[in-house]
Amino acid sequence: MKFLVCISKAPDTTTKIAFTDNNTKFNNDKVVFIVNPYDEWYALVRALELKEKLGGSVTVINVGAADTDAIIRKALAIGADDAVRIDAEPIDAMFVAKQIAEYVKANAYDIVFCGKETIDYNGSEVGGMIAGLLDWGYVSLASSLELNGSIATLNREIAGGHETVEVNIPFVLSAAKGMAEARIPNMRGIMAARTKPVAIVAAVASENYTSILSYELPKEKTGVKLVSADNVGELVSLLHNDAKVI
Amino acid sequence: MPVLVFAESANGTFKKSNFEAVSYGARVAALLNTETFVIDFENLSDDVLKSLGDYGATKVYRVTNDALKNFDAGLHAKVLNDVAQKLNATTVIFSFNYSGKAIAPVLAAKMNAGYVAGAIDIPVMEGSTMKIRKNVFSGKAIALYAIHSDNKIIALTPNTVAPEKTENKCSVENLEIAIKATDSKVKVKEVVKASGKITLSDADIVVSAGRGLKGPENWGMVEEMANILGAATACSRPVADIHWRPHEEHVGQTGLTVRPNLYIALGISGAIQHLAGVNGSKVIVVINKDPEAPFFKAADYGIVGDVFEVVPKLNEAFKRFKAGA
Repeated sequence: MKFLVCISKAPDTTTKIAFTDNNTKFNNDKVVFIVNPYDEWYALVRALELKEKLGGSVTVINVGAADTDAIIRKALAIGADDAVRIDAEPIDAMFVAKQIAEYVKANAYDIVFCGKETIDYNGSEVGGMIAGLLDWGYVSLASSLELNGSIATLNREIAGGHETVEVNIPFVLSAAKGMAEARIPNMRGIMAARTKPVAIVAAVASENYTSILSYELPKEKTGVKLVSADNVGELVSLLHNDAKVI
Repeated sequence: MPVLVFAESANGTFKKSNFEAVSYGARVAALLNTETFVIDFENLSDDVLKSLGDYGATKVYRVTNDALKNFDAGLHAKVLNDVAQKLNATTVIFSFNYSGKAIAPVLAAKMNAGYVAGAIDIPVMEGSTMKIRKNVFSGKAIALYAIHSDNKIIALTPNTVAPEKTENKCSVENLEIAIKATDSKVKVKEVVKASGKITLSDADIVVSAGRGLKGPENWGMVEEMANILGAATACSRPVADIHWRPHEEHVGQTGLTVRPNLYIALGISGAIQHLAGVNGSKVIVVINKDPEAPFFKAADYGIVGDVFEVVPKLNEAFKRFKAGA
């Protein structure tokens, strides 16, 4: 089995969000970038577990400029065999999906893994777009994956529960919590990652679908109104009369 | 060129998120000076489908094909793409829920459309460019997007744009779309839903608890509050990780994002990752014995006190309120 895992660069979850250039650009200054958690903890680790059980290979792919090298090495340190970097600043989800779909067309893979969303733009887009571009099956928000020959069985999250689905390879999935447990790279993995191959591939042309014109921060809360623990009735009255939510 | 709205019911009944999407579609259609067509894949009755006219649908097209009973994002996107071509539609609206998140990106690829996933306001047109806001950085910021392409897809974040009622002028029509066996790639084998419980992702009120509860045996009072208020129950990540509560209840950065009208947090300190999953809630109430808990900074109302003392008293007060209301 040949597994391809899409990884994205994302600001660490504790990042203080700020903007520059008249609120048109995200302020990268002092921001620590990580592998998007859904891509790393769930998609990559499950691909590695299946490779360890069934054989094959795990390739990670990233669409980004040279500054994503650190997160690619992290994915290699966790255990991916090799990596591909499509050398371009990602413009939007469709741009990223087109790059990855083109690469997949030229290099046979059995399963393309994505995380369920990135923690910066929260779109849940790239996996579905790759599937649409390739005309492959797509299973979104998958919380488990088992393989039996060429047939995969997955659980996917739905409103109020989950459903079990079957799909033949090749297909695309987006991985949610439950699919695997995060792995911490060990020293041997970190050393090995330094010499694992990273192919740099030129980007293909893409139309301009969407762009971000500006950013703003949400309105700050006006401050908490504290109610005494001895007078819980006041909270009930505030929720009914002022907030009008009960 | 009509605006299409994909509406998926909950067991045959439309709910608030459907009305929001239809009303939103009608307002986008008004901007574009066109009609609002809703697409149904569930073979629902005329009466049920016509009810969407209350929110601005001018016509509902019912695509009747048994293959659509099986949820397959790729198949649904293929059929919607065929419908869009048949009806000459260039704009498609979804609710940003489980199905919308699955189908919309596949359709974007098939329609060659610019897609904004999780819009939070009505778009503004500037020539043929559509400008629209969405939450980014897990609710820590808002970005103004432009869709430049001719074909456009928007998925609307639930509970952000209130639906507006209008005079019902809706009619229902059947639409035949050919589906080949090879169009369906993903087969649903089993559906598991917790029965009788309020679904967390679309609950108006959520009662959530964290490590301050000290153990799974103490969740009785949390469930009691949820029962009194007609709320769904949720929990923080550590509580799900140590299996005090099921993973489906975990809200936060790596769990579920919820946007209820009222979010009540019991014994949750409010780590930044937890806030990322709940900061879209309209009103947040925090009950915690630590006055320095970061959650109080994100709260509208708070009680500094021991949950084991405050919650039983509050439950009695909620009960009295409900009895009198």
